[in-house]
Amino acid sequence: MRRYSILSLARNALSHHQGWPRLWRSPEPRRAYEIVIVGGGGHGLATAYYLAKEHGIVDVAVLEKGWLGGGNTGRNTTIIRSNYLWDESAAIYEHALRLWEGLSADLNFNVMLSQRGVLNLAHTLHDLREGARRVHANRLNGIDAEWLTPAEVKAFCPIVNVARDARYPVLGATLQRRGGVARHDAVAWGYARAADARGVDIVQNCEVTGIEVSGGRVTGVRTTRGAIGARKVAIAAAGHTSVLAAMAGIRLPIQSHPLQALVSEPVKPVLDCVVMSNAVHVYVSQSDKGELVMGAGIDAYNSYGQRGSFHVIERQMAACLELFPIFGRMRMMRSWAGIVDVCPDASPIVSKTPIGGLYINGGWGTGGFKSTPGSGWVFAHTIARDEPHPLNAPFSLDRFATGALIDEHGAAAVAH
Amino acid sequence: MSGAFRLAAGGRIDRAAPLRFRFDGRPYEGLKGDTLASALLANGMHLVGRSLKYHRPRGIVAAGADEPNAIVQVGEGAWTQPNARATEVELYDGLVARNVTAWPGVGFDLGAAASLLSPLLVAGFYYKTFMAPGRWWRRLYEPALRRMAGLGRAPAAPDPDVYDKRHAHADVLVVGAGPAGLAAALAAARTGARVMLADEQAEFGGALLSEGDEIDGRPALEWVGRAAAELASLPEVVPLPRATVFGYYDHNYLAIAERRADHLGPGAPPGLARRRLWRVRARRVVLATGAHERPLVFADNDRPGVMLASAVRAYLNRYAVAPGRRAVVFTNNDDAYRTAFDLADAGIELAAVVDARSHPAGERVGEARRRGIEVLAGSALTGTRGRRRVAAVEVRRLDPGGSAVEGPARTLACDLVAVSGGWSPAVHLFSQSQGTLRFDEARACFVPDRAAQAVRPAGAANGTFTLAGCLAEGLAAGAAAARLAGFGDGTAPPAPLVRTARDGPIRPLWFVPSGRPAARDGGRHFVDLQADVTAADIRLAAREGLDSVEHVKRYTAAGMGTDQGKTANVNALALLSQAVGRPIAGTGTTTFRPPYTPVGFGLLAGRDRGELFDPVRVTPMHAWHVAHGAVFEDVGQWKRPLYYPRAGEDMAAAVARECRAARGGVAALDATTLGKIDIRGPDAAAFLDRVYTNAWARLGLGQCRYGMMCGQDGMVLDDGVTTRLAPDRFLMTTTTGNAARVLDWLEEWLQTEWPGLRVYCTSVTEQWATVAIVGPRAREVLGPLAPGLALDNEGFPFMTLREAEVAGIPARVFRISFTGELSFEVNVPAWHGLALWEAVMRAGEPFGITPYGTEAMHVLRAEKGFIIVGQETDGTVTPLDLGMDWIVSRTKDFIGKRSLLRPDASRPDRKQLVGLLPEDPGEVLPEGAQLVAARPARAIGLKAGRPIPMIGHVTSSYSSAALGRSFALALVKGGRGRIGATVYAPLVGRTLAARIVEPVFYDREGKRRNG
Amino acid sequence: MLLIPCPWCGPRDESEFRYGGEAHIGAPANPGSLSDADWADYLFMRNNPKGWFRERWMHAQGCRRWFNAVRHTVSNEIAAVYRMGEPPPPAPGPGREGET
Repeated sequence: MRRYSILSLARNALSHHQGWPRLWRSPEPRRAYEIVIVGGGGHGLATAYYLAKEHGIVDVAVLEKGWLGGGNTGRNTTIIRSNYLWDESAAIYEHALRLWEGLSADLNFNVMLSQRGVLNLAHTLHDLREGARRVHANRLNGIDAEWLTPAEVKAFCPIVNVARDARYPVLGATLQRRGGVARHDAVAWGYARAADARGVDIVQNCEVTGIEVSGGRVTGVRTTRGAIGARKVAIAAAGHTSVLAAMAGIRLPIQSHPLQALVSEPVKPVLDCVVMSNAVHVYVSQSDKGELVMGAGIDAYNSYGQRGSFHVIERQMAACLELFPIFGRMRMMRSWAGIVDVCPDASPIVSKTPIGGLYINGGWGTGGFKSTPGSGWVFAHTIARDEPHPLNAPFSLDRFATGALIDEHGAAAVAH
Repeated sequence: MSGAFRLAAGGRIDRAAPLRFRFDGRPYEGLKGDTLASALLANGMHLVGRSLKYHRPRGIVAAGADEPNAIVQVGEGAWTQPNARATEVELYDGLVARNVTAWPGVGFDLGAAASLLSPLLVAGFYYKTFMAPGRWWRRLYEPALRRMAGLGRAPAAPDPDVYDKRHAHADVLVVGAGPAGLAAALAAARTGARVMLADEQAEFGGALLSEGDEIDGRPALEWVGRAAAELASLPEVVPLPRATVFGYYDHNYLAIAERRADHLGPGAPPGLARRRLWRVRARRVVLATGAHERPLVFADNDRPGVMLASAVRAYLNRYAVAPGRRAVVFTNNDDAYRTAFDLADAGIELAAVVDARSHPAGERVGEARRRGIEVLAGSALTGTRGRRRVAAVEVRRLDPGGSAVEGPARTLACDLVAVSGGWSPAVHLFSQSQGTLRFDEARACFVPDRAAQAVRPAGAANGTFTLAGCLAEGLAAGAAAARLAGFGDGTAPPAPLVRTARDGPIRPLWFVPSGRPAARDGGRHFVDLQADVTAADIRLAAREGLDSVEHVKRYTAAGMGTDQGKTANVNALALLSQAVGRPIAGTGTTTFRPPYTPVGFGLLAGRDRGELFDPVRVTPMHAWHVAHGAVFEDVGQWKRPLYYPRAGEDMAAAVARECRAARGGVAALDATTLGKIDIRGPDAAAFLDRVYTNAWARLGLGQCRYGMMCGQDGMVLDDGVTTRLAPDRFLMTTTTGNAARVLDWLEEWLQTEWPGLRVYCTSVTEQWATVAIVGPRAREVLGPLAPGLALDNEGFPFMTLREAEVAGIPARVFRISFTGELSFEVNVPAWHGLALWEAVMRAGEPFGITPYGTEAMHVLRAEKGFIIVGQETDGTVTPLDLGMDWIVSRTKDFIGKRSLLRPDASRPDRKQLVGLLPEDPGEVLPEGAQLVAARPARAIGLKAGRPIPMIGHVTSSYSSAALGRSFALALVKGGRGRIGATVYAPLVGRTLAARIVEPVFYDREGKRRNG
Repeated sequence: MLLIPCPWCGPRDESEFRYGGEAHIGAPANPGSLSDADWADYLFMRNNPKGWFRERWMHAQGCRRWFNAVRHTVSNEIAAVYRMGEPPPPAPGPGREGET
């Protein structure tokens, strides 16, 4: 891998940037691999990278049906935080956040992690209790967490409306200063480049149409570019997890829903942190390009359509203006949707399956992007060792039979 | 005079109505009918901004929504609008605008220094550097990049304007009121169908407003006027000018942003909604959205004075503005010859028409030659010169393959370059509607292919670029749409007569070489002017393997600007397809998504602001609470009194006083907000048996029982007291916040799983007002109010209902208690709620009756160990975890029972409800505090160094007047086995200790409820 | 904003409805006799097809009746609605409305 730096940039400028190599090779897929990863988004690519880096396994192909990072990796609102309530969630997201903190250097690709702080606003006494509970739990889990009064919220983010007479006034907020945002596309490209450099084959425009199982073990996949044998197959296809699992005859506790997001026209810096509110449903940040980036609620119905209903956007904007009245004349420039696959307990499945050599990583709901490095890291471990890492052991498929759910929406109810 | 470049005659401007405006602080004059862009051009101002990355001078390029450069900040103070397109801003008197990209001004811009770094600032440069040291990104690089990025400024104050919304149904919605749209609307409207016609411009006519076309031998605008008048006369037609259809959603649902006040500026009448959002459900849609002209990608094509050929015509014909004194037309098609003719007709010197085609032979080419216009065929512009405005262009021969230029360069002096690279149908809405596109090689553009909804494109939006074709297609589409909506027989009215020029074919030309070595060419060939993306950037992306359309867009930012690449996308795509050697058709397009043009947040929010953001629910007694100084809390949509402070009291003092009154005298609570569901039918008792964990069949008439319901997962869902009103009738109460959810839950089971049960559920929450009279002296208050009602324990036992008159109002009186004290909950029809409340307060006055709020209610119930669903439970707590085994029937099935048998439900270390007594009786544990089994070696900070295992958390915690100390409820792992043990709550800087106790603190024998 | 044809009230905006997920799950008659795995299957496991889907809706702001619909999860086309208890119609073909 040719290293990137300001020097390489200057050197290439002299040759009119004719000398830059491809970020990844895009080879024709071979007939067989030790491990086939289905899904060339952040999770799949990170999994491939950590298989190579942490476990020395490079006989790996990542198969992507479209273009790398074209699913939820390229459609989310790029928020990163680890301040989850339950120990199991906090552990895996914190592991991810620590990997995030070294990721640009590790990948030699600037993923633009900007730890500008994430505020979670509280609007009711119930929110206050839940916020306090989460802050206390985070601290004991080794995660930075602060509680801010309304005045402190105002000081930290001066444009938030903390007026007492608001319909749902801001009563306080949790703050994770290490939370922030990153550049979503760069995550896919950076992992792809680094995995490719270690020998992983990254194959785009290669849709998996079937999963071959023989004697209770996976033997390969069928694709639009022919059959590919594999000793192990790992599904990391957020949104489409159920569709792929169904190819192996597995039913999952997952439903796929549209999740809409939008950006405003770019303006000069006005918001230098991430603000989230569960009661007044808003999450917003300002990108480095100057756009306000915000997400809407999940559309109610199952869909693979990558688009949602307009009234969800209208509601989202009303909520936005409750918290940021000065945004009234800002304009929505672009809207889109991703497909989130959601588990009944709003926690992911990173797990072995009843079929030998078949692994599933999905159901991240709205938490997928922020978990990317951690998810890939534990999934690689699970695949390489054929047993879960302690960090993802609680996120197994069998928790639905035992009842040991990790109910993130039942508890702190901090979505996204 | 409204500018030195105003033509003496023509145009749709009102020369009698001069308007003053300021741009970048300097005063100018325009005319009514101008846009800000046309007024600036009339004053000779092309240069209106600087480019994003390289700070190159940029001028007005287009005349409409496709404008990439002329982005301005309009208005001041709270009314300021960032990122308006000067080409769409209708001029009004006193308009103030400034450029958003240069400082201190567009003429002298300090940011231009950045252009020195331009060799480094290629696509994606930031991914390759700024990585180390790690913290510098956030502290140094990112802030610097953020300051450079962004266009206008967000207002600093809330938007003072209001925005309205309307719903509408249309049989036929026609989008775009150009020739095709007007024709479609006419054809549809004449059938009697309900027709809406929306157009983004201030007046109907579309491209005809900017062209000198003729229809039926007369100026086309006469036809436009007749069509508009006829439509306006038809009662079922809604004509909507200044209305942009920006979103096409599923099931033919479209969203329209109508501008009502922007063009009036400060002269808008007060109270007029600035904009209106129409949400239209249309049976059929005709998309007559026209087309956007494409620029040609040649060296230094971004210099001010380089404009789209059609925009030049618009400024000449519609606004009577000469965009220059001496022009060059550069084209690959016949259409741009119209610009040459219009320029010549306006008396503007024409240096030449440079035509990329070797042997252009269309009718208009011949006409140009006849008129003595020099046509340089087989040639191309290879560069432009000039500082802030184009001063000259270079022309060279283009080789037949288009990959090189040859021969000597000829320099043509000019201050205007009119460019046409062909037309791209505005397929945005068609694509939003999920219709597919195909690339039409002959016309060199993407055209609609297969529709996915009840929609039909017509005219230029469909790739039909002749006026005659537009009219014919529009008429046919309108008639067909009406027929499919149930009106008329689908016969199109006869088309008017229009002469069509015989045009020659277009020569697709996606990149114009400048004669430099190929590797170095393209760095100043701008593809996306707003995002400062060059042909070299596109090629770099392809070279680095980012060679899908979406990768190129994301890597270079082409098409990501406020114009969403209306002039850029197809050129970028074509350059990509050249770079990777794939045909355009196989390279694909990016997906078009709403909105077509940016839409204000305020418009999307509409009136759902402030108090109207979410409905406020108040009880009939609300005014009394307000008058008596209550502090409220939000519980769901309800406003509930939290406490009633007296002068000088803080919350703790008020709550303590309210609690003392309830325990020692008498107090009153407005309990109206509790959910109430009337459950009727022969199978009502059997139904309750299934939804509640305990048994109901044998509940006697007039008896009350506490019930708990679980979800199917066995976790507590809700609780409340339910009373048997009749053998076949129960009144269920639910928690305040869960009322609607519980009703939905009951109905779901009845309708989907147990349709055989004869049970009907009706919400009666709003029908009843409830006053709880609480305390040892409750009988003394209620007695005089209900003289006919026996109140003693025998006559009116605990957990029973009596119907009686209270204060002269027919009432249901429940003897139930959420405090442990003697308590009567008096329910009257909601209309009488305030009267009852006031009567109770009057009757209680001699006894010092004290209104209490939800905080005191919480303290009182916690002292008794009564749980609050949502506080002691969080979706992971079973009735058994709460120690309420007594309420879980062993003998019957109920919803969720099976889940309680799962292994996890019987783990010994499940969190269980316990009480806590802090070591320091004056210290109230924070609610939400986490508990650990052993005192940490030292106090923690904002985070613990390493994770410390937690065994539970505090769910409720108060200071109790009755106990004279603090206490708490908590969920603790294996808590019931830890009674007597000490646990610790590590807080920042200190650790609190508490002893685990039984979760009932007060009157464990339950004697006080009898008074 | 989907347009959902309530079998009782006719076509109404989606915002009047509550979604109920997959149809025809059917609560088991005797939950106590099920294994943990079977119970989990009933409780949590769902079909989640990319294509035609039989699902439940409730007209919450209207007649408050539950009903079933056959909807395509990519195009959102609704091929049929039918009342609770009625047998599901056969799965439709892949077609979509529209014309060019």
